[in-house]
Amino acid sequence: MPLPRRLALTALLVALPLSGRAAELKVLSWGGEFSAAQQAAFARPFTQATGIAVDIVDAESPTALIKSQVTAGNVTFDLASVGLADAVRLCDEGLALPIDHRALAPGADGSPAAQDFLPGTLGPCFVPTDVYATVIAYDASRPGGAPQTIADFFDVTLFPGRRGLLKEPRFTLEMALMGDGVPADQVYATLSTPQGLDRAFAKLDQIRRNAVWWEAGSQPVQLLADGEVAMTMAYNGRIFAAQIDEDRPFRILWDGQVYETEGWMIPKGAPNPEEALRFVAWTTAPEPLARAAEQLSYGPPRRSSQALVGVYARDGKTPMAPHLPTTPENMKNALAIDTGFWVDHDAELTERFAAWLAGADE
Amino acid sequence: MAALDPHAAVVTGATGAVPVAALTTADGRPLARALAISSRRARRRAFLLVLPLLAFVLITFVVPIGQMLHRSMYNDGFAANMPQVSQWFADTPPGTEPDEAAFAALAADLTAAAEAKTIGIVGTRINYDVPGTRSLFTATGRKARGGFEPPYKAALLDADEKWGDLRLWRVMRNASTAYTSNFYLAAVDRTRDDEGRIVMAPAQQQVYVMLFQRTLVLSLLITLTTFLLGFPIAHLLATLPMRRSNLLMILVLLPFWTSLLVRTTAWMVLLQQQGVINDLLVWMGAIDEQGRLSMMYNQIGTVIAMTHILLPFMILPLYSVMRTINPSYVRAARSLGATSWTAFRRVYFPQTLPGLGAGALLVFILAVGYYITPALVGGSSGQLISNMIAMHMTETLNWSMAAALAALLLGGVLVLYWVYDRLVGIDNLKLG
Repeated sequence: MPLPRRLALTALLVALPLSGRAAELKVLSWGGEFSAAQQAAFARPFTQATGIAVDIVDAESPTALIKSQVTAGNVTFDLASVGLADAVRLCDEGLALPIDHRALAPGADGSPAAQDFLPGTLGPCFVPTDVYATVIAYDASRPGGAPQTIADFFDVTLFPGRRGLLKEPRFTLEMALMGDGVPADQVYATLSTPQGLDRAFAKLDQIRRNAVWWEAGSQPVQLLADGEVAMTMAYNGRIFAAQIDEDRPFRILWDGQVYETEGWMIPKGAPNPEEALRFVAWTTAPEPLARAAEQLSYGPPRRSSQALVGVYARDGKTPMAPHLPTTPENMKNALAIDTGFWVDHDAELTERFAAWLAGADE
Repeated sequence: MAALDPHAAVVTGATGAVPVAALTTADGRPLARALAISSRRARRRAFLLVLPLLAFVLITFVVPIGQMLHRSMYNDGFAANMPQVSQWFADTPPGTEPDEAAFAALAADLTAAAEAKTIGIVGTRINYDVPGTRSLFTATGRKARGGFEPPYKAALLDADEKWGDLRLWRVMRNASTAYTSNFYLAAVDRTRDDEGRIVMAPAQQQVYVMLFQRTLVLSLLITLTTFLLGFPIAHLLATLPMRRSNLLMILVLLPFWTSLLVRTTAWMVLLQQQGVINDLLVWMGAIDEQGRLSMMYNQIGTVIAMTHILLPFMILPLYSVMRTINPSYVRAARSLGATSWTAFRRVYFPQTLPGLGAGALLVFILAVGYYITPALVGGSSGQLISNMIAMHMTETLNWSMAAALAALLLGGVLVLYWVYDRLVGIDNLKLG
């Protein structure tokens, strides 16, 4: 065989598997259990159904990474899992691709996607995958009675003991106002006034001496388990894991829960935008969203998904519905994080909150 | 003609000039040039050897840090995306009331920015100075889809009456030049009032100066505690027989090989109110159930956990210096009548200074930048400036502010380093 032909054949052999392979989607997510759940509920079934390989990559802060990649003009990810607030921010700054909501799957009952998703969860560049909540958790095996409303969390005379609080103004100020009797639908109107802000901080002042501040989501579970606090703010998914996987006698007080939406955004300049859109539409259909809610106790953001949620995938027997923030019984006094408010006031309130915290010892 | 003159060589030879110039190498080249060439070649080879390191340092260190520092005073979020109104600001003196021409320029820019999807960037930039205005830009941008009709002032005020706010116009004027000192002002709790004078930020927003001070004080305290704890250990390590000191050395290094989070969590288990130490004290009757000590989620917890984590950085340089100290010096001092304290103070301790200097510098600089441990065990009072930098980097995405805070921290450390150099002398450091 003459050399040129042999070379050509070798080149062909090398090139064949490359050209035959479909594009691989690179998905940026938060890591840990969260990535594992997305792997099981979204990535693996999607690859089986379409043949498109999906690689989920973990990041500490997907938003900061996406911002730096898009501004540098070198985007290596097709999709990222981000919070709704970050998606709005990235979208407004032209760093995210708009997603046509007509491409999304209709509800299980045939209603259009825009009506099937919970109100306020869809964004122009964002399709939600799950709803997580910050709730009050307590240890039912301890004496002192169970708190009935969010106001009990701020009442240290009726319910003595220390309180675990998130060291962030987000969620904490909202809960303070709800604990002070502000109805959920007026929380942000109140927070937007100087008097309302003072009222929230005054409420926090009441438990300042009893507060233990946490930052990482694993901390409140540990604080409860060690008996360091009587009640604590916590992410509902962490408490669920402690209840079911570790069999701890923790309970969640759903009254006054503050929930936030997480989901997909496609960064501008993504290498495979079409496959990415296909992945978004496929994974946010009612069925896969319900499967995801069986992996972790984060609620599906679609109305028609709620009834499809079965039992906890890991133990095969715990019904998931009572543990989800989106279940109607748990939604009676619930507040959705207002992303518009927080993109406007994030920095200002974080500074004020830090200044308030620093004054806590003097 | 001179070359043909038989006397010429003799005459010049007598002065001695010609034989010097004739010093050559074996192949006939002048010696001085050959030497210069060969030493230049050696220098070039040496340079080529360090070139990879130089390129590495430049690409991964100097350039990114330089870019980041540049960001602290440069933000073209407004200037680049709002060209017409920026031009109006450039043409009119500061303090000019916005006229119809200004509103026309603003309306055109808002429409263009909404079209180009850059309006969020513009709003974010102004929001740094006037909180709550980001939504003003994005909401007006949505209304601007079809463009505004003249008169523009009325049209914009109709869209949102906040557009008539003179403070907003003053801030926009300030942002219309990309270079700004505002981030540095904000980083030292200052702001500009309506006349553009620099004033203190509202009391409830003042946080950064206090955090800088706290970071400095806690870092110095941690340096001191690592010295007090590390010095005797290093001395013991240096004077014990080799076999036993090796075992001790492993104990010193062991925490190095354990995850930072594991070590921090271990301290939580020990120090918290329901923790081991408190349980022990209650069991012994030293304190009662109500009087459990708070040693965690405050500054005490931060200092204890960080001292433990940074201790090896103090011990290792001290140890390496102490090993080289000849014990006969102290013996000589004692034999000349010095008490053990005097011998330690006047003879032994001064010889450990290079190691102490290096250890103190390492511990201090590491402590200044720490944020995981303070975040986990610091509670409300153990938060440091690096926690705010991390927050601005990853949450509010205000990288200019993060850069300004980081630049101030870097500047502060460099000043301390300079003071340190004047007092101790960097040449005296011994890093191991």
